[in-house]
Amino acid sequence: MTKPDSEWKWKELPEGTVMLEPGNADQYRTGDWKTLKPVLNKELCIHCGLCYIFCPDSSYNLDAEGYFIVNLFYCKGCGICAKECPTGAITMVVEEEEK
Amino acid sequence: MGKRVGMEVSIAAAEAVKQANVDVISAYPITPQTHVVEHLSELVANGELDAEFFCVESEHSALSVCVGSEATGARSFTCTSSQGLALMSEITYIASALRLPIVMIIANRALSAPISIWNDHSDVMSIRDCGWIQFFAENGQDVYDHVFIAYRLAEDRNVLLPAIINMDGFTLSHVIEPIEFIEQEKIDRFLPPYQPVHRLHPDRPVSMGGIALPPIFTETKKAHEVALQGSMPKILETWKAFGDMTGRYYQPVETYKAEDAETIMVIMGSFGETASAAVDLMREEGRSVGLAKIRLWRPFPFEAFKQATLHAKQLVVIDRAISIGGPGGPVASEVKAALYGEPIRPVVYNFVAGLGGRDVSPSDFIKMVDKAEIEIEEGNREGYEIYGVRE
Repeated sequence: MTKPDSEWKWKELPEGTVMLEPGNADQYRTGDWKTLKPVLNKELCIHCGLCYIFCPDSSYNLDAEGYFIVNLFYCKGCGICAKECPTGAITMVVEEEEK
Repeated sequence: MGKRVGMEVSIAAAEAVKQANVDVISAYPITPQTHVVEHLSELVANGELDAEFFCVESEHSALSVCVGSEATGARSFTCTSSQGLALMSEITYIASALRLPIVMIIANRALSAPISIWNDHSDVMSIRDCGWIQFFAENGQDVYDHVFIAYRLAEDRNVLLPAIINMDGFTLSHVIEPIEFIEQEKIDRFLPPYQPVHRLHPDRPVSMGGIALPPIFTETKKAHEVALQGSMPKILETWKAFGDMTGRYYQPVETYKAEDAETIMVIMGSFGETASAAVDLMREEGRSVGLAKIRLWRPFPFEAFKQATLHAKQLVVIDRAISIGGPGGPVASEVKAALYGEPIRPVVYNFVAGLGGRDVSPSDFIKMVDKAEIEIEEGNREGYEIYGVRE
């Protein structure tokens, strides 16, 4: 949807709550579910991509320097990436309140 | 005027579905619905009806297929009864919330246990709140006519809701009645091809049936409620247009000798003709008795109901379903709710009768009116009982 769910009035909804814009789930911030966030230590990273492969939410993307970087808008903080990382380059840390 | 033909009501219903030029029929057989879909299957197999007939593995799938086909813009039909409706019930809520104008005939039959293949209204009452438009037919002509009425109404861009036509199992479905058929060209004018507002099409993709999180779910329900309540003017308009075409004008609440009656019986479905005969017998004895027949069950016609009944001293509501552990039958519940805000209102006496196919004859209606009038006279203002049960 083009605006957050909480801003829709009932009269504005299309008949049957049909979604007229396919693929709008990418606007859904699942990132605010988490209490722990993954933090990468680039000195230990060997670019193996296991975090990218195992992430159940496809939150990791390859950046221009060859590192896999988590997108915190989607990351739910499950910690699978940290668990699977063979060099211990990813640690889960408590997410601070956003200012 | 169309041709008048003696025909089994189920066959006439199937012929109406053919005349409505449906694209998809999806059904699973269950007594007493079988003759409707058997005949449609024959019509498709013989090439008399150009439609897809889906023989599915359950009623859950029967309506699921209709949801899919209707979503692509195909006019879709299904028909069921009793346990079949119970199995289908999950999808009934989905079809209406997705605003898919499917039409379904229910050959009303009791829900198990014990197993009964015969008529009462417990099946449809189990999905009372499913958000469909719901009609009750009094006779075979009503069933035939309402197939066209239901499609035109359901597919109206200001309505877009599925519709149920309730046809009492056996009492209507399996009897031969004179049915006045409507010429095809008249029907084609009355019921133009379906033009969906949103549909599944690769040129303009949309998603149907997504998830709604707590911040928006309530808004979707409000939109659905307003759509169903707001369909009332369109229902009246559609009945008017149908009446202008055929001379048969339908009303949400139809009355028989009720205008000046002190006691009014309130019924739904095929009870209507038998109760009318009982009214005539009581009128011959000089008794002030009339009848109100609720044709439109959802949206409930509160205003029309009050207009038809508020002048009476007492209403004898005869339900064909039981709400175990509740305040009486479902129709009586609704009637009491409709009247509650009125400072002066009739006393409501409630019977549950005709469960699981038990016959209710004119003399039974007279006995119920007798009993209610005596009980109310003696000060019983909360009367509710199952009629004719052996002690």
